[in-house]
Amino acid sequence: MAEFDTAEQLVDAAREVRDAGYTKTDAFSPFPIHEMDEALGIKRSILPYLCFAGGITGLLSGLGLTYFVHVIDYPIIVGGRPHFSLPSFIPPTYELTILLAAFTAVFGMLFLNGLPRPYHPVFNVPRFALATREKFFLLIEQEDPKFDYGSTRTFMEGLKGQEVFDVEE
Amino acid sequence: MIEGDHTLGSVSDKIGDVTLKKKTPFHWFIGFGIAFMIAQLLLFTTIWLLANGIGIWGNNQPVGWAFDIINFVWWIGIGHAGTLISAILLLLNQKWRTSINRFAEAMTLFAVACAAMFPLLHTGRPWLAIYWLFPYPNVMGIWPQFRSPLIWDVFAVSTYATVSLLFWYVGLIPDLATLRDRAKNKFFKFVYATLSWGWRGSARHWHRYELAYLILAGLSTPLVLSVHSIVSLDFSVSQVPGWHATIFPPYFVAGAIFAGFAMVLILCIPLRHLYNMKDFITHTHLVYMGKVMMATGFIVIYGYAMEAFFGWYSGAQYEVFMIKNRIWEGPYWWSYWLLIFCNGISIQFLWFKRFRESEFWLFVISIIVSVGMWLERFVIIVTSLHRDFLPSSWAMYSPSMFDISMFTGTIGFFFTLIFLFVRFVPIISIFEVRTLLPEAMVHGHQQDFEENVNEVEYTYDRTDPPNA
Repeated sequence: MAEFDTAEQLVDAAREVRDAGYTKTDAFSPFPIHEMDEALGIKRSILPYLCFAGGITGLLSGLGLTYFVHVIDYPIIVGGRPHFSLPSFIPPTYELTILLAAFTAVFGMLFLNGLPRPYHPVFNVPRFALATREKFFLLIEQEDPKFDYGSTRTFMEGLKGQEVFDVEE
Repeated sequence: MIEGDHTLGSVSDKIGDVTLKKKTPFHWFIGFGIAFMIAQLLLFTTIWLLANGIGIWGNNQPVGWAFDIINFVWWIGIGHAGTLISAILLLLNQKWRTSINRFAEAMTLFAVACAAMFPLLHTGRPWLAIYWLFPYPNVMGIWPQFRSPLIWDVFAVSTYATVSLLFWYVGLIPDLATLRDRAKNKFFKFVYATLSWGWRGSARHWHRYELAYLILAGLSTPLVLSVHSIVSLDFSVSQVPGWHATIFPPYFVAGAIFAGFAMVLILCIPLRHLYNMKDFITHTHLVYMGKVMMATGFIVIYGYAMEAFFGWYSGAQYEVFMIKNRIWEGPYWWSYWLLIFCNGISIQFLWFKRFRESEFWLFVISIIVSVGMWLERFVIIVTSLHRDFLPSSWAMYSPSMFDISMFTGTIGFFFTLIFLFVRFVPIISIFEVRTLLPEAMVHGHQQDFEENVNEVEYTYDRTDPPNA
């Protein structure tokens, strides 16, 4: 794992790492950097599709609930309106759609990110505490097919970073 | 948008230190103490209410809805500015939202908590209200009535509270991780580590995080507009003159944002002084908020004008009578004119730079507007109800001691929560402020949190001396 001072150095280094053929890599920064998606070759997440599915589930459950209650389980005429009075059922359905889509967005994001994860090997590097403050880190994992301790370390030292650390499992 | 010579580190320290610094400032204890004491009124009133029933309030026939719904609508309206700032301004790519969104969202949550108390407690037996309000299969085979706006309200407000909480918490995760890595105290380190869920700022995580945040903003935008619309349907779906008007949904939403921005100003003007956050909550922020307040105020004035016009144009004798009664013939005429003064006249001063750019006047006008928005609900509810269709049931309304103590108590409760929030949570979103710094630029691209923006904006000259 290499440490960098600025976001620009991190992005440049990430491009070099990708061009060198490493795939099991990750970068750490105190704020989101859009160029990293392209520099590290991160694919667009499936999260929006999950949210859409969550929203549809909410929509159907809202309609299903109101239909079940007022048409199937307890049909009663109120205010001269039909059993299935759709306009009145829109507000609860609408709110449930938003609710379930929002739940999917948040918990889907956490799930896809593998959080909560209180322990991660990168936390073993003492300098890593600065990743949430002002420093930038680039990691090449041991599982990478191109990983070879000696050559990878030499390669990372050539990335114009501050310092290169070994991450203990 | 950020003043002073700040770096990624100094931003983290300055905002994080408010929470992590050992010494709590003396003014915090004074403020918290006063707010906490006032909050006891709420506890007292609630116990008395549960013991004796809602007969202790001043509600009567025909004014069956009074302080409970006035306060509910007032509080929930205040909450709207938080979501507007965090969601709509995010989608509109307004960078100035960055340093005020965190505490505006906190304000939303606390205001919704205060609001929710009124409909719950007005049932008198809140523990039974679960089957009145929520559809769950109970042994009595009873379901709520989904054709009623009151049930729409339950869904709208509970969804709003939940989504606002999610939005706020998701925004907090990276900042809690910053606090975790900076905390010296073992206990707080553990608490922040637990709450930040092991966030480590990985590029893949940021990618999904931003997507999730953007989706939440997209979902909250229609949500915030729907909540106060649905609240207004509680009134406009009924037949009561003065309530039965199609202008209600947009007029309520504008009023909510108007009241909300007033409350954000009331909170952030003292906050930036006491915690020396003038670099982040700059003068420009205050001026912008003043302008939003003025714009939404005009929509509200349009609403008042339309209400009067509807009353006259309808030609219905009950509508015409209601408008006359509300404005000059009825016993509550003073509340209408006070409302026009607070919401209509007071914001006219914002046309002038002298008032708009003065913190003192913005603060004063915000307080007047908050009072005015409360009066607006008083006028809508009490003046419409106290003159019923049947003259024999006409009556006057006056609040009882418990109405007043409960309302005051929620104000104390709100400020108690605000003080706790200021003490234990970073009041400004640290990681979003970082993206505004020139250091966050990569090859001429500012790391705009919302989306890639090509324009580069230097907000300060690096040769300027740092702000003390």
